[in-house]
Amino acid sequence: MSTRELTCIGCPLGCSLSVTLENGEVTAVTGNTCPRGDAYARKEVTNPTRIVTSTVRVKDGVSPMVNVKTASDIPKDKIFDCAAALRDVIVTAPVTIGDVVLADVAGTGVDIVAAKNIAAC
Amino acid sequence: MKHYDLVIVGGGPAGLAAAVSARDNGIESILIIERDKELGGILNQCIHNGFGLHTFKEELTGPEYAARIVAQVLERGIEYKLNTMVMDISADKKITAMNREDGMFEVEATAVILAMGCRERSRGALNIPGYRPAGIFSAGTAQRLVNMEGYMPGREVVILGSGDIGLIMARRMTLEGAKVKVVAELMPYSGGLKRNIVQCLDDFNIPLKLSHTVIDIEGKNRVEAVTIAEVGPDRKPIPGTEERYTCDTLLLSCGLIPENELSKSAGVSLNPVTSGPVVNDSLETNIDGIFACGNVLHVHDLVDYVSQEASTAGKNAAAYIKNGSSKDAKIVEILPVDGVRYTVPKYVRPTEMDDTLTVRFRVGAVYKNCSIATYFDDELINRRKRPVMAPGEMEQVILDKKKLGEYPDLSKITIKIEENA
Repeated sequence: MSTRELTCIGCPLGCSLSVTLENGEVTAVTGNTCPRGDAYARKEVTNPTRIVTSTVRVKDGVSPMVNVKTASDIPKDKIFDCAAALRDVIVTAPVTIGDVVLADVAGTGVDIVAAKNIAAC
Repeated sequence: MKHYDLVIVGGGPAGLAAAVSARDNGIESILIIERDKELGGILNQCIHNGFGLHTFKEELTGPEYAARIVAQVLERGIEYKLNTMVMDISADKKITAMNREDGMFEVEATAVILAMGCRERSRGALNIPGYRPAGIFSAGTAQRLVNMEGYMPGREVVILGSGDIGLIMARRMTLEGAKVKVVAELMPYSGGLKRNIVQCLDDFNIPLKLSHTVIDIEGKNRVEAVTIAEVGPDRKPIPGTEERYTCDTLLLSCGLIPENELSKSAGVSLNPVTSGPVVNDSLETNIDGIFACGNVLHVHDLVDYVSQEASTAGKNAAAYIKNGSSKDAKIVEILPVDGVRYTVPKYVRPTEMDDTLTVRFRVGAVYKNCSIATYFDDELINRRKRPVMAPGEMEQVILDKKKLGEYPDLSKITIKIEENA
């Protein structure tokens, strides 16, 4: 039996979590204040993932950039591949929250979606 | 002169939530004045996620959170002016502002809500020695350049200060291909949220050096290197601990200061600890009908708390507009002692307050295995265990109107940190 101490990143409360593992299996999570903390802890010790946020360039928009995010969390070791894949993406305004900017980023099966409305200029 | 029942200075999360709440409480004539080209305030450059878990029960990026409150403002048809800078607020609530269409103009208000937010501590305020080359940015300036304007401030970065924006920018610059060499923090603890240390520094193996500061900046035209050194308990550099980092950029994330120049011109009293207005339970300042909410009042960790606080300010401003001042009611002062640096609000009116009142504060150091204790005069009313408390994380105590009603002769409320027995 082993324990791992984590800080939950689910929200800015940053709960201190304690995860008990037996033969690589999670047997208990304590310290969380909500179910997200439990889910985060179980994932973090087995298959850590992150939501990645970034920006891409906008053509013909009222702003030169639009911020984007992965539609769901992706494996932590794919963060840099994801950032690299976004480097040359250019979208044309208008852009609406939820628009798919890049499908299946870095082979994760997860889409990159717009997270701001940008009107055409 | 044009008259509004309510003028709100600032169209960020605080101002917008206050406007929505005032409208929902029956105030028709509202004007929001915003100096940027769009509503939403600082949320527009905070592209990371984690906003809105309390308010919307989901994790949003800053611009998504802003878009939702902006939509509420637009649905209600609340009037706003963009690209408009407020120059002065007088104690009799005349607001002088200017923009390119109207030139300089004045409006008169029955009530004013201050929602101007805060500003970053600058290099000048930090007294960092060394040359003054290009390449020194506040973390928030860098954030705006990268996220909204599409410019990279530099390629090799040192960050001074571990405030949340600095931590967030350490990750952001790394993802955009820069090398963040080190984050130096003067204090023995981080000023940022724990979750940001985990997901912005630890995830990318960026070292955080606590009790370190920048003692020299090199480079005449552009930053070429900075030297950091360890500091002792007196926060003075310890000779022999210097480390030199070559870099082209220095980001500063050394604290936020509520932006209260306008409040001062209106005669609003400020708390020297928060640099924000002193307010009562309705978030009203010492000037009748001038309310404050959000980061202009005190710097918050979570926009969700700003939204809640601003809703309260909007509701109370609406009550003031309809019923006039209720300041003559009995006032009880909340005293922050033994580790509690300040409280917002500072005054409570037991007969006028809502059924419950959330009192927010920060502690002055890192406390482990301690409790937050609330006293009505000398009587212990509540003691709540907190395994860990740190200055970077806001704490709260909830006061109950019924309970306060049981103490008609109450002269003071004390909130303090006590060690667990």
